[in-house]
Amino acid sequence: MPAAHTLRTKTFVLIALMVLFGSSGDVLLGKGMKEVGKLTAWTLPALFHFLLPALLNPTVWLGISCLLLFFLAYMIVLSWADFSYVLPASAAGYAVVPLLGHLFLGEAVSPLRWSGVAFICIGVVLVGNTPPSTTTLAPAPAPSASHAPAATGS
Amino acid sequence: MRNTILVFLVTVAGTLGEMSVGRAMKDIGEVTRFTPRAIFRVVLQSMARPFMWLGLLLMAVAFFSLLLLLSWENVSFAVPVTALSYVIAAVGAKFLLREEVSGLRWLGVVMVVVGVSLVWAG
Repeated sequence: MPAAHTLRTKTFVLIALMVLFGSSGDVLLGKGMKEVGKLTAWTLPALFHFLLPALLNPTVWLGISCLLLFFLAYMIVLSWADFSYVLPASAAGYAVVPLLGHLFLGEAVSPLRWSGVAFICIGVVLVGNTPPSTTTLAPAPAPSASHAPAATGS
Repeated sequence: MRNTILVFLVTVAGTLGEMSVGRAMKDIGEVTRFTPRAIFRVVLQSMARPFMWLGLLLMAVAFFSLLLLLSWENVSFAVPVTALSYVIAAVGAKFLLREEVSGLRWLGVVMVVVGVSLVWAG
């Protein structure tokens, strides 16, 4: 069915954009926040000295920009696709983040963590094989040939 | 304890927020045109939806909790932790959004959760 095919294709494209922007955003934000340092105490001056450099950090803003694009793609795909489809499918990002963290932040990724990444990928493929939309795009059943009353007939 | 509270905020507030956004977007209806102008119009439409604002509020709470968490943990540790929300999301989607969560989809969600837990443990 061409309509279902088109729907699946545009759902895949939007989820790919979510994964791309979401992962880049998370990594950039993580990198930026690490440059900023840790929040040392739950006091107003400490919060100020934590938030001010965070809001002046270009990497943090680059990360936030990516996350805004992620959110736009998320909003658009949710206008037709199931939440319970989009969310697990976009978990592909969690396979990408350790990879990016490993490549760009030099973070160690253990074999156990890599096996988790593999499970996530299997889960994403399984969810990806279910119909993307089970609510909005289920149109009222069109009268099929066998049930349609012969309005003009006999 | 500190991390537990933050993880709770990131997952529960985050999931409820995303479900609210999803509800607002479903009310607007399927986006079929992808020109900048059409997308801008969709964004404007979404801003007229109370569910959108409720969603943004809850997601902001989750976001700032995540920001704090990221400031003292590795990015490859902190981000997958939030993925615990997948089970909450599947249950919420079924009972609040009335989506059809099939056996195959549940299996996929379980695999994702196992994967996330392994990433967390790793």
